[in-house]
Amino acid sequence: MTAADTSRRNTMRYCVVFLSFVVLYIAAVLWSIRSGSVSITFGEIINIILTGDETNKVAYNVIWKIRLPRLMLSSLLGGALSLSGYLIQTFFRNPIAGPFVLGISSGAKMFLAIVTIAMNGIFKEMPLSVTVVASFVGSIMSMLLVLLFTGRVKNMSILLVIGIMIGYICSAVTDLLINFAEFTEIVNLTHWSMGSFSAATWQSVKVSCWIILPALIVVFLASKPMTAYALGEGYAQSLGVNIKLFRVLLVITTGVLSACVAAFAGPISFVGIAVPHISRLLLKTNRPILMIPATFIFGAVFCVLCDLGARMLFSPTELSISTVTSMIGAPIVIWLMISRRHKNEY
Amino acid sequence: MSIEGAADIGKLSLDSLTVGYKGVPLISDITLSLAKGEVLTLIGPNGSGKSTILKSMTRQLALISGTVYIDSRNMSVLSGKDIATKLAVVLTERIRPELMTCRELVSAGRYPYTGGFGLLTAHDKEIVERSLERVHALDIADKDVTEISDGQRQRILLARAICQEPEIIVLDEPTSFLDIRHKTELLEILSGMAKQGITVVMSLHEIDLAERISDKIVCVKGEHIAGYGTPSEIFTDENISRLYEIERGRFNALIGSVELSAPEGDIRCFVIGGCGKGIPFYRALQKAGIPFAAGIIPENDIDMITASALAGETVVCAPFSAADEHLIEKSERIIDRCEWIVDSGCPAGQYNTAADILREYAKTHGKRVLTALSDVSEIESQG
Repeated sequence: MTAADTSRRNTMRYCVVFLSFVVLYIAAVLWSIRSGSVSITFGEIINIILTGDETNKVAYNVIWKIRLPRLMLSSLLGGALSLSGYLIQTFFRNPIAGPFVLGISSGAKMFLAIVTIAMNGIFKEMPLSVTVVASFVGSIMSMLLVLLFTGRVKNMSILLVIGIMIGYICSAVTDLLINFAEFTEIVNLTHWSMGSFSAATWQSVKVSCWIILPALIVVFLASKPMTAYALGEGYAQSLGVNIKLFRVLLVITTGVLSACVAAFAGPISFVGIAVPHISRLLLKTNRPILMIPATFIFGAVFCVLCDLGARMLFSPTELSISTVTSMIGAPIVIWLMISRRHKNEY
Repeated sequence: MSIEGAADIGKLSLDSLTVGYKGVPLISDITLSLAKGEVLTLIGPNGSGKSTILKSMTRQLALISGTVYIDSRNMSVLSGKDIATKLAVVLTERIRPELMTCRELVSAGRYPYTGGFGLLTAHDKEIVERSLERVHALDIADKDVTEISDGQRQRILLARAICQEPEIIVLDEPTSFLDIRHKTELLEILSGMAKQGITVVMSLHEIDLAERISDKIVCVKGEHIAGYGTPSEIFTDENISRLYEIERGRFNALIGSVELSAPEGDIRCFVIGGCGKGIPFYRALQKAGIPFAAGIIPENDIDMITASALAGETVVCAPFSAADEHLIEKSERIIDRCEWIVDSGCPAGQYNTAADILREYAKTHGKRVLTALSDVSEIESQG
């Protein structure tokens, strides 16, 4: 087979994968917006969205104030979470790394809990900006902690164990705080610390848009050095990549993306591993220029569907989003560990 | 920064370099210079600092002092991209990228030339294919990097470096883990590149191959460079023995071969050799740990080279002449001390009449005569 044939076949594959992701996304959106305790027909939905028809006040409110913002938020945060997973995997050159596994989400959660309790007397309700900044600080701190250990241990499996332990410590501290917190805070904190898109508002959609889209652009611009970085630092450096700058950039964007998710939806497990992994398998390549958009779109699909599952599986009881994502994500991680062991890569 | 008399300084030069880790000097006063298309090889024992020198001259490690010049420009003021278009590397670090085909890995070499998103133009793709072809790797181009053998991986990494269209290529132990065929293949590709004007700097453990491929050799040992010169200056029995701390005679400068150490103890066997017939017996006896003597071999006979390293004693005659009575007498005294003699089957010809004399002498004195390699185990069993 000539190089031209291979390249044509690959292009074909990429087109098919991206097209199916988009089709899947549209299908997930339609299904999700139609599902809920209030039944509304597609005709009504289209009418409400396009013309802003308020004749059915309940349906109007359900669509505009509940389902649409929730849909937008789960898409955005799903994309951001998957992308931050992909970035961490690029950074550690390990497909099992992710913001949840390395304790970054839990770090954000812990710091946010501390800030919430400390600020309780000052604000009646936590302003979004404080939430975002607090979880960003938490994410970066736990990521730096993990990095501190990477300097000492070269073994990736040990690093993962350390990450998981950091996650446990952070969760323990959070639980401790909740034990001593006042009743009103507890309700917010426990609900939030389980992970859910249920608090979505247009305000949170807007803010996360402002955070995620610039980060997405930065990541796109960094796709070229990412390719070189995949070969190892020595080779990347010899190709002219400024390694230190690149690493800082990667840490900050990862922190921003996972902090944004943690701030608006709480910790969500395994999406950051499962989505990039499935995208990689379908694309059969790890080229950043393809993987960045693919993980983002597929992450949106994945989270919209998981959120749908969380809402509808045991309706009217709503599950936490992590309950659903863990069911799908954890087996994928086990499978990944086993198949990699097979290749003797640890 | 450019320097007066730039032409003299050559393609790549190191000026009183001190290298080491974390500011601690390991080797200092490294000064050398290479012209376009020259091959420089660093040799020296494990852990002597060959990699440190290579890493320092490719900016992977910060220099402690001194300057590296590329085309007589100080490397420390060049941008990463400038250097990348001039200098490519093949490193020892293991790479295991996720889901990357060999072709994708090679394409990464185009990095300094592509635009903001790293997309390859038709011209880039053509160079990728040419680089793959250059290392005979077109057949594995679509395989995953983790699925190929060590030999193939080394070729792909070389293709990646070639793809970078460098003027200088630096390789750290490129032949480690390769079998003899892949070693020679790789070095032949490198030597072909050098002929096309690419300057090659590498470290090798195979001193015999280093001698054959290099224009210049650097011996790395201790705090300073232990030797720098052409292969003929460096590859003397003395130098190599000192460099690697092996006994004299173990390395043969003439053919670049290395022998294991000779068995110790009283001589138990006399090998009548010559014309290369003796070598298999010397090696078998060495392996069995039986001390032996070799004779009567003309100087610079192929047997002589191995015998001088492995035999406890060697009786040597002048080339193209028969051994005189004195040498025969000397051999007979050795045979007296032996239980066995080996008749390796060297032809008598016009000059090798001594072989017959010694064989007769041994027989009449009740020594046991072996003629086949498999008989060596007989001596061993009577240990």
